[in-house]
Amino acid sequence: MRRIISVLLENEAGALSRVAGLFSARGYNIESLTVAPTDDPSLSRMTIVTSGTDAIIEQITKQLNKLVDVVKLIDLTEGKHIERELMLVKVTASNNEQREEVARLIGIFRGRIIDVTELTYTLEMTGSTSKADAFLDALSQVEIIEVVRSGVSGIGRGKRALKA
Amino acid sequence: MTITGADVLVRCLQDEGIEHIFGYPGGAALHIYDAIYKQDQVKHILVRHEQGATHAADGYARSTGKPGVVLVTSGPGVTNTITGIATAYMDSIPMVVICGQVPSGLIGDDAFQEVDTVGITCPCVKHNFLVKDVNDIASTMKKAFHIAMSGRPGPVVVDVPKDITAEKTDYSYPESVIMRSYQPNTKGNPKQITKGVDLLLSAKRPIIYTGGGVVIGDASEQLRELVGLLNYPSTSTLMGLGAIPASHPDFLGMLGMHGTYESNMAMYECDVMIAIGARFDDRVTGDLEKFSPNTRIVQIDIDPSSIGKNVKVEVPIVGDCSEVLTAMNKELSGRLDEIDRSAINRWWEQVNQWRSLDSLAYNESDEIIKPQFVVQKALELTDGDAYITSDVGQHQMWAAQYYTFEKPRRWINSGGLGTMGFGLPAAMGVQLAHPDETVVCITGDASIIMCIQELSTCLQYGLPIKVLNLNNRYMGMVRQWQEFFYDRRYSHSYMDALPDFVSLAESFGHIGMRVEKPEDVEAALKEAFDMKDRLVFIDVMTDHTENVYPMIAAGKGHNEMVMKPGQGSDQQERELA
Ligand SMILES: Cc1ncc(C[n+]2csc(CCOP(=O)(O)OP(=O)(O)O)c2C)c(N)n1
Ligand SMILES: [Mg+2]
Repeated sequence: MRRIISVLLENEAGALSRVAGLFSARGYNIESLTVAPTDDPSLSRMTIVTSGTDAIIEQITKQLNKLVDVVKLIDLTEGKHIERELMLVKVTASNNEQREEVARLIGIFRGRIIDVTELTYTLEMTGSTSKADAFLDALSQVEIIEVVRSGVSGIGRGKRALKA
Repeated sequence: MTITGADVLVRCLQDEGIEHIFGYPGGAALHIYDAIYKQDQVKHILVRHEQGATHAADGYARSTGKPGVVLVTSGPGVTNTITGIATAYMDSIPMVVICGQVPSGLIGDDAFQEVDTVGITCPCVKHNFLVKDVNDIASTMKKAFHIAMSGRPGPVVVDVPKDITAEKTDYSYPESVIMRSYQPNTKGNPKQITKGVDLLLSAKRPIIYTGGGVVIGDASEQLRELVGLLNYPSTSTLMGLGAIPASHPDFLGMLGMHGTYESNMAMYECDVMIAIGARFDDRVTGDLEKFSPNTRIVQIDIDPSSIGKNVKVEVPIVGDCSEVLTAMNKELSGRLDEIDRSAINRWWEQVNQWRSLDSLAYNESDEIIKPQFVVQKALELTDGDAYITSDVGQHQMWAAQYYTFEKPRRWINSGGLGTMGFGLPAAMGVQLAHPDETVVCITGDASIIMCIQELSTCLQYGLPIKVLNLNNRYMGMVRQWQEFFYDRRYSHSYMDALPDFVSLAESFGHIGMRVEKPEDVEAALKEAFDMKDRLVFIDVMTDHTENVYPMIAAGKGHNEMVMKPGQGSDQQERELA
């Protein structure tokens, strides 16, 4: 099953590679991994999207907790949560027909056109991973030049929070 | 007054109460070596290879419970320690490894003798640090020792660039350390402990299965109390030997691949199992599909990730073995009348029947020296009270099977990583920590060569280790697998061109002895053990056809042990023929 694990860790050089190393050494999946400092500059927050049986996920969280740099973590997918991913897509838009189709789709998916040239449009869209996937599917009639995805960020709904 | 970073490092060791460190100098570590030279509180033991330094520190730590400390230079100094660090990591041994590093300004430039020490050691340390500021040295060292020693212990690497060891700072060693990201839980949840007690008391066919965590966690006393209260059949992993005295009537011997028949059968047939400081390693469980099909498990471990990793656990208890057992014993002692003694008696009858098979019996001989016999003689002549280190192979298993340990921290071997070359340098650490005790390194002709250079260190520091080489002219354990599973195709397991170990030992300045006949074993060993102030290398020519029995082959379960020829079922005999 797909899981989103949020990790608070010391903002130290090497902390990211310890996490990445753990996943590769133990053969765990990583679908995406994002990391950036938090409002407390001594802490980073990492969001890992992974998948596995319940037993594997249990081991993943235990092994992550065992890393000396990890302060706290939660499995967002265990409760109500919001996930967002930023996607940038550059497509060919060299004639009216193409431009109209792209504009129509980006409207439906509530994205934006953020750069326009004679031959291309660059699109921005945020949403869950499945929405981003659906948007790419919808673009299948259009010639895609480049896709950049940020990977997932997530946060618990309501009072549920991950704090040091 | 300000002092150099190098002096700070050494002061930290002094304030940490470190008496011995094991090391080897080189460019990036020279300031630190200079600081060592200027004092005599911390004694530096100069090894002959950095791998030796790590194993020696490891042996020191295993036999004392104190952290082992290593000092090496950058680059090849560090890469030579990897095997030793990984060995300590797999067996949860507290160790601090201080590594010189190229000057800060050169890091990342492929400078002379530069390796990414933090990166290369990352997968085999509990934690590591690169010190970037001279003012951080003391707090980093404090954290390093704290992390190495607390929770589930393990090796910690501290990488110190050379320029930082030259810079100056004020020194003060922190009294305590608090890390928000690292707070191991030692107590054990009281509710879980009660649940564990409930399950234990409800058992009809219980087994107490203990491991290295009991030794490392200094919980032998509490374990003995538990066994004394319950009188349940008890078994131990390779790493846990000595925690329960081998002579204890409830002790069934070691379990696992070369464990006793009664231990493995009891593991298979039990209805309740309590695992204490043991991690269900594959060498212990055999095929997991066939593992103890009807059991309900209580597991005590300081490391949550060890619980439920390989097998399903009904009552997990995260905590320090000694603290949890203390609480458990307290609760148990008031509820002993809940035990179904008649069921337990019936279970004991069954267990004793398995025991009566005497699965460790071997065929004695007047013609050729049986390795088991040598270990038994060593046991007799040392009153079972020696510190035994070993390497890896058949000799290791025979040492574990026939040297019956009565106390913890006496059996020093590389269980998790299975590192050949461990025995001799580990014995150095043990002997340094226990100068008046008998330290025997039970080794094999292939293993001993892997760190043979340390014989030189032994001479320099007058370490009177007894090296007992069970010389079968083979990588016996490899040969055994090839005999069983590869139709006797002995691919590269014959030790051609072995040295003359007697003259080799003599050329290192030690005493060498060779024993070739069974009737000479006892006298030779006695003579060797009587030489209290000399290292004696006893090269014993053993039966090269001997195999380690009993055995659980790969893919088999605890109830499918292969017994020694003549002892097993007809079907086993046919399978092996
Ligand atoms: C460093 C290392 N390399 C290889 C092995 C694989 N191995 C396990 S036992 C063994 C043979 C050991 O031979 P010896 O030391 O003579 O012991 P014996 O089995 O003959 O008693 C080997 C090669 C190992 N454990 N460690
Ligand atoms: Mg051999």
